[in-house]
Amino acid sequence: MRVLMFGWEFPPHISGGLGTASYGLTKGIASLKNTEVIFVVPKAWGDEDQSAVRLIGANNVPVAYRRVYYHGLKRSITTYEVQSEIIPYVDPEEFWKITKKREELQHSILVHTNQEGKIDFSGRYNGNLLDEIYKYSVVAAVLASELEFDIIHAHDWLAYPAGISAMEVSGKPLVIHVHATEFDRSGGNVNPDVYNIEKRGMDAAAKIITVSNRTRDIVISKYNINPEKVETVYNAVEPVDVAENLHIRKGFDEKVVTFLGRITLQKGPEYFIEAANKVLKKMKNVRFVMAGSGDLMERMIRRAALLKITDRFHFTGFLRGKDVFTMLAMSDVYIMPSVSEPFGISPLEAMMSNVPVIISKQSGVAEILKHAVKVDFWDIDAMADAIYGILTYPALSREFIKNGRDEVIRIRWENSARHVREIYEEVISKHKQ
Amino acid sequence: MSAATKKAICLFFEVHQPFRLKRYRFFDLGNDHYYYDDYTNESIMRKVAERCYIPANNIILDIISKHKGKFKVSFSLSGIVLDQFKLYSPEVIDSFKQLAETGCVEFLAETEAHSLASLKNREEFERQVNNHRRLITEYFGIEPQSFRNTEMIYSDQIGSWVADMGFKAMLTEGAKHILGWKSPNYLYCNTINPRLKVLMRNFVLSDDIAFRFSNRAWNEWPLTADKYALWINKLSHKSELINIFIDYETFGEHNPKESGIFDFLYHLPAAILKKTPFKFMTPTEVAKNLQPVAAINIPTPISWADEERDLTAWLGNELQTAAFEKLYELTERVNKCEYEQIKKDWTYLQASDHFYYMCTKFFSDGIVHAYFNPYESPYEAFMNYMNVLSDFEIRINRVCPATEHEIEILKFDSQLKAKDEIIAKQAKEIETLKKKLEKLAGKKTKKTSDEETEKKEPVKTKRAKRKSGEKSLVELAAEVVKKTKLKANKKKSTGKTAKKTTKKTKSSSRKS
Repeated sequence: MRVLMFGWEFPPHISGGLGTASYGLTKGIASLKNTEVIFVVPKAWGDEDQSAVRLIGANNVPVAYRRVYYHGLKRSITTYEVQSEIIPYVDPEEFWKITKKREELQHSILVHTNQEGKIDFSGRYNGNLLDEIYKYSVVAAVLASELEFDIIHAHDWLAYPAGISAMEVSGKPLVIHVHATEFDRSGGNVNPDVYNIEKRGMDAAAKIITVSNRTRDIVISKYNINPEKVETVYNAVEPVDVAENLHIRKGFDEKVVTFLGRITLQKGPEYFIEAANKVLKKMKNVRFVMAGSGDLMERMIRRAALLKITDRFHFTGFLRGKDVFTMLAMSDVYIMPSVSEPFGISPLEAMMSNVPVIISKQSGVAEILKHAVKVDFWDIDAMADAIYGILTYPALSREFIKNGRDEVIRIRWENSARHVREIYEEVISKHKQ
Repeated sequence: MSAATKKAICLFFEVHQPFRLKRYRFFDLGNDHYYYDDYTNESIMRKVAERCYIPANNIILDIISKHKGKFKVSFSLSGIVLDQFKLYSPEVIDSFKQLAETGCVEFLAETEAHSLASLKNREEFERQVNNHRRLITEYFGIEPQSFRNTEMIYSDQIGSWVADMGFKAMLTEGAKHILGWKSPNYLYCNTINPRLKVLMRNFVLSDDIAFRFSNRAWNEWPLTADKYALWINKLSHKSELINIFIDYETFGEHNPKESGIFDFLYHLPAAILKKTPFKFMTPTEVAKNLQPVAAINIPTPISWADEERDLTAWLGNELQTAAFEKLYELTERVNKCEYEQIKKDWTYLQASDHFYYMCTKFFSDGIVHAYFNPYESPYEAFMNYMNVLSDFEIRINRVCPATEHEIEILKFDSQLKAKDEIIAKQAKEIETLKKKLEKLAGKKTKKTSDEETEKKEPVKTKRAKRKSGEKSLVELAAEVVKKTKLKANKKKSTGKTAKKTTKKTKSSSRKS
């Protein structure tokens, strides 16, 4: 079985959980017998780990002068071309209008290409995101016409349009993987463009994979999707050898409580600060660390300053790769107070590193974890109490570490991959009928 | 007929509800000394009383009068549940009193707090048992003769303690790994003290009622009193004693009224009396009328909990042992306190349920453990309990001296007292010696010279005698002074000792 997979990022060039999750899952799937994965990202940097998968960067696919064959239309074959940079490109909305009225699709779709006839992608979440998504989908169509595969798998909304156009070009079934919805990211302030893209992807897909039942419920209720079409496959975590981190030493005696993630509304950083403030009123030998960056960072620094706890509350900025594990190795408690977390792999990584974790009940990972403190994200009293308890009662911390490691070691990508593979088989067999 | 008289069936029901703790955050430490979730406790108690205790008691009362003394049951009501009855549903107490008046109901003794004290501290265990014995006598007018430890916890050692307290019989689990090829359907006795009879629970027959009664997937469902009596009858030719020990909440709570559990209870006695050679007896009657077949050897404690029938439901992980150790560290100091509320809290905090909630084996026995459990996870249970316990310790510290230093100081204090006595004794001796000397001197004519020479000797001996005592005294004083400097806040006791030591040194120096 060959899977054409569309993602947005691939380690080491990642900005969050999406890259980690799609990489872990891809590796897991590729390790199964008779399964091959072609992973497409908008921008391949060249230093990615390609041991398990064939990675294609959309930025390396020459687009101009290529003919893309479009099946399944009323007319036998319609061809459209991706042309050179001289002509200004249409905006995403127009693109969708065009694809809707397929019969009229006789003229060209216009995108920017560089001199080599390739489209430039930034591969980052910024400015012209919608634009990039559109460009990505064009390349997806090109690839779909060229490659041999049995099923298409698209990770998150950024890749849904790519998945859809690949589906339309190849006639192969599409599975989409919901790592987050716009409702999680925006905290209720939903961007209609993004919602549309998501909704379109969900409607087009033969099957929707969600990372938790919490996300599944959102997909069903907020996007009005038939529940039978939606299935939960939990994420997992890569095993980590903790022995490597043994040499890491703290330069101080105090306990460390760590928040690690994007400092955005979705992650609930302000609740962490308030809880820290409560704990610091009762005990002094503790330091709090907020590792990560994001649009709320400045506000958080100001809040900490206002509470006069900055001598005990530290900001590290964005941590990458090894730094993450160094930070975890120094930590005594890991906390994830997310307001809305579709899954949340980071607590699993913390447990791998022998750190007790406190997670919000509003996270998908809370559905599978037993050996973790679960609190409501807004319940700063409970949060503070849990922090205090773990720091004060050594038996509690030891029990968490011991059971947590046993538990997390069993949450493996292979299991998730096997589940996904079953979904593939079901979708393919249905598709053939 | 003589064979038939030997056969007994013993029904026993456990009645216990803990005082569940309220959510106690660490910032409440030292500020809030009330630990209980009144709302939950009251609502659970009212609910269970209405659904189980009252209707079940009424049925039992009914059966007793119907069978005119042929139907007998036994209960064990923990001290904590009695307190809760008193607070939330006093009518249940009256109903139990009515049962007691029939003379067909035996009330067993247990630990007042439904505690695990038997695993830690004999003195505390005995104190609680005696409290409970007194309490039961007060409520029901009969002094308990038989004993049932918390959750059927039993070992040879605990059995012998119970025997020493004068109990005639004790109940425990007929654990398979203990009995092996032996049958629970006979009377056994304790190995250390064979005077204590041991009744072993028939867990198959007990669990048929307690756990399987309303399980429709069970191949014996529905269970009727006749069917049950038939099973018991099948056992009759090779058993003398059938022990059915269950939670009282089995009736109406674990098995709802709609399952027919009350009808089962109502018809059971008649079915058994009619269809089997067994007679209903209470544990004390069993101990009196039946002969034990052998001593039962149980070196490590067993219980009736979970599949393992051991202590792991309460002391199976590090959380539980940490909390347990912390709790019983306080024993001595609590016993020194005279405050009523501290004593109450001490009792309520010892309830085994608090440890049960911290159990992490929730995979195999999750359903039972989740019952009436106010916590979402064992970790939460631990944190809450430890916070409460920390506050409790703070309170004791305020009332009673606490730290090791102070305990040491107390020790030194008593040592000083002992030395004082020695000094007083020696002083007396000196006096008598002096008198003797004077007498001798009176006989002799050379006054002055004699006095000099003779005085020298006793002084020497005096010094020699005192030297050892004096030295250690000085050392002691120095140590104590050091300690007092370290702990400035414990003024009372240290102040006293410091004064004493200075006095001592002064007086001794004066003397020498």
